[in-house]
Amino acid sequence: MADLGRAALLLTLGLSVYALVAGAAAAALGRRRLAHSARNALYASFLSTLVASVVLVAGFVRDDFSLAYVAGHSSRDLPLQYKLSAFWGGQEGSLLLWLLILTAYASLAIWFARRRAADLVVWVTPVLAGIGVAFTWLLVAVSSPFDTIAAPADGSGLNPSLQNPYMVIHPVFLYLGYVGLAVPFAFAMGALLSGRTDERWIVATRRWTIIAWTALGVGQLLGAHWAYQEVGWGGYYAWDPVENAALMPWLVATAFLHSVMIQEKRGMLRVWNVSLVGLAFCLSLFGTFLTRSGIVSSIHSFTQSGIGPWFLAFVVIAVVFTTVMIWLRLPQLRTSARLESLVSREAAFLYNNLLLVALGLTILWGTAWPIVSEAVRGEAVVVGRPYYDFFLRIFGLPLLLLMGIGPLIAWRRASLRGLARVFVWPAGVALATGAFLILLGAGSSIPGLIAYTFSAFVLAAIVLEFARGTAARRALTGESVPAAFGQLIGRNRRRYGGYVVHASIVLLAIGVAGSSAYDSVAEGRLARGESLTVGDYTLTYRALTERDGANATEIRALLDVRRGGEELGTVSAGKNAYSAEQQVSNEVGIRSDLLTGEDLFVIAEQVRDDGAVFFRVFVKPLVNLIWLAGLVFVLGSLITLWPDAREERRLATRYARAGEPADRPAT
Amino acid sequence: MTVWLVLGAALAVALVVVVALPFLRDPAPSSDSLHELTAAERERLEAQEARDRALAALKELEADHRAGRVSDEDYRSVIGVVRRDAADALRRLDRVEGARAGGAKSR
Repeated sequence: MADLGRAALLLTLGLSVYALVAGAAAAALGRRRLAHSARNALYASFLSTLVASVVLVAGFVRDDFSLAYVAGHSSRDLPLQYKLSAFWGGQEGSLLLWLLILTAYASLAIWFARRRAADLVVWVTPVLAGIGVAFTWLLVAVSSPFDTIAAPADGSGLNPSLQNPYMVIHPVFLYLGYVGLAVPFAFAMGALLSGRTDERWIVATRRWTIIAWTALGVGQLLGAHWAYQEVGWGGYYAWDPVENAALMPWLVATAFLHSVMIQEKRGMLRVWNVSLVGLAFCLSLFGTFLTRSGIVSSIHSFTQSGIGPWFLAFVVIAVVFTTVMIWLRLPQLRTSARLESLVSREAAFLYNNLLLVALGLTILWGTAWPIVSEAVRGEAVVVGRPYYDFFLRIFGLPLLLLMGIGPLIAWRRASLRGLARVFVWPAGVALATGAFLILLGAGSSIPGLIAYTFSAFVLAAIVLEFARGTAARRALTGESVPAAFGQLIGRNRRRYGGYVVHASIVLLAIGVAGSSAYDSVAEGRLARGESLTVGDYTLTYRALTERDGANATEIRALLDVRRGGEELGTVSAGKNAYSAEQQVSNEVGIRSDLLTGEDLFVIAEQVRDDGAVFFRVFVKPLVNLIWLAGLVFVLGSLITLWPDAREERRLATRYARAGEPADRPAT
Repeated sequence: MTVWLVLGAALAVALVVVVALPFLRDPAPSSDSLHELTAAERERLEAQEARDRALAALKELEADHRAGRVSDEDYRSVIGVVRRDAADALRRLDRVEGARAGGAKSR
C-alpha cells in the first residue's frame, strides 16, 4: 500500500511541476489549450493527493505498522478517532494535510473564477502550482509519510496531549486558515504578473479570504480550549511561538479585510492591500516554519526535523517574489484618490490597519527574538509574557474602541458636531458602565476597566446600528420589526455580518479581561477530608479513584464544591498514565457556571503515595464568554459569506466581457 | 505490492488523460490564443467598476443619512461630491460604450 501512496505523491509532484511550467508558458505565450491543460493538472494534483491521503488513513485504520509514520504515531489500542487524527499528529502527515488542503483550495478557487476572471486565472495557476511544488517536494524527497520499516508488533502510540477531541478538529481548522491564505496571495500575484490590477482579484478572492480568516480564528479558539482543558496550567493562551504563529497572519488578514473595503469603496490603498495579502501569506509560511523546524522551543511542536532550512528558503522566496512584483507594478497600482479627512471612515479603517499590523509585527519581533538574539549574541533570549501583554494593551485597547467608532463615521469626512450626535448614546452607555464597574470594585485592574468600558461602547454602537437600520427600513417599507430586521441583514450581509463579528470580538475581550485581570488562585496539599478556599468557593477533598481506561490508567481526586453554604456538587481532577507512550498527563477538573460564565478550574499537580494531593485551584470569571465568542464569530462570518443573488448578478454583468467568449470550447 | 503499483500506474494514466484533455478534445483549433481583454474592454471594465463604486457610495450615504448615522450637516457637505463622482462615472461609461458602439458600427 505504501507504493500507492508514494506513487500518488510522485504524481502530485509531476502534475504540480507541469502546472507551474506549462501554466507560466501558457500565460506568457498566450496559449489557450496549454493554459487549460495546466489548470487540469492542478485539478488532477488534488485527486492524486487525495489518493495519497486515503492510503495514509487506511494505514492508521488497519494498524499497518510497516509504515514508519503509522508505527511512530499510533498503537493498536488507540481509539479510532485518534487513529484518524494521528494523520496530522506528526510532521509528515501535517505536510500531507497542508498539501491536500492547498490542492483542494486551488482547484475550487480556480474553478469558480475560471469564467469571471479567465485572463487572471491563467496567471494564478502557476503561482498556486509553485506553492504546491514546494510542499510536494518536501513530502517526496525530505519527509515522506510512506517510508517503510520492518513492522513492529505494536506502534509507539500518539502523544497523550494529542489524545483530545479538540485535536481531532483544531489542526484541520488551523491549516484551513494557513493554507487558505495562499488563495488571495496567488490571485494578488496573478494580478500583478498579468498587469490586471483592476478589482477582479479582490472579487474572486473575497469569500476565500473570509473562509481562511474564519478558519484560522476558529482554529485558534479551538486550540485555546484544548490548551485550557489539556495542557493544564490554568490558562488558554501563553504567547507560545506556535500560538503566535497563527495569530500573526490572522491579524494581518483582519487588516486586509478592512482595508480592502477602502479599495472597493474609494479605489484607494491598492499597494497596501497587495502588501498585506503578501505579508499574511508569508507569515503563514513563517508560522509553519516555526511549528515544524523546532528552531524555537514550544509546547506545541510535537515533531522536530531538518526541514527548517527548506521552509526558510521558501519564506525568503515568497518575500522576495512579492516585493519584486509590487515594486515592478507600482505605477499601475498608484491611484489619484486621496484621504480627504483624518475624521472619516476610511481614516478610521486606516488607523485600525496600522494598529493591527503594528500588533502583528510586534508579536513577530517577540517571537523571532530568540532566533535573532542567538544569531547576534550566541544566546537565545526568550521574550516573556509582560512584553506581549504590554503591547496587547497598547495596540489592542485602541483597536477595541475603533471597532465601535469606525462603522459609525461617514465616508470621506465627518464634522465633530455630527460625530458627537452619533456617539452620544454609545459614549453614555460606556461611561455609565465604567462608573458602575468602579462601584463594583473593577477598578482593581485599570486595563480590565478600560477594556470593559470600551466593550460597552462598541456593544452599544452595534445595537444602535441594528436599531437605526431597522427603523429606517420600517419607515421606508412599512415592514414589521422582524421583517425589517431580517431584510436589513439579508440585504447588507457584509455590513451586518461584520457587526456580528465585532460583537464576538467584544465578547472575547470581556472574557479575556475577566479571566485574566480578575481571576483568583489558591493552592495547597490536602489529605482526604481537608478543604481549600478560593474566591467564594470551598473545595473539600473526598476520595481518590483509579481505573483502567482504553489506553491509560486514570487516577482522579474527587472534591466536593460549596459556594456560600450552597452544595454545588463535585469536581474531579487527576492524571492519566499512558502505557504505550510511557507518559503521564494532567487531567484538569472544570466546573462551569453557564449563567455567570465563570469557571472553577482544578489541577491535581501531585498525587502522593499516601493519597494526599497538591491542588492548584483557579476561579476564572467570564471565561466562558471566550468560547461563546467563537460561536458568534462563526455566525457573523456565515452571514458575511452567505451568497447574495443581487450582488452576483451585478458582478456577472460587470465581468461578462472579461470571461471567455461563449464560442470557445470549455475544457 | 504489485496490485498497488498497478493501481498507481492506472491513476497516473487517468490523470495524464485529464491533463491532455484540452488537446485531445480540440486537436486542430482555428485559434489557440488566449482571450485577452482589448484596451477598450479593459477601459470599459474600469469604467464599470468606477460606476459601481460611485453608485454604491451614493446609495450608502443616502441610507446612512436616512438611518441617522450621518448628520444633516455632514450629508450636505458630502452629497455634492458623491453625486458629482457618480455623474462623472456614468458619463465616463457612456463615453466608453459609445466609442465601442461607434467602433462596431464603423466595422
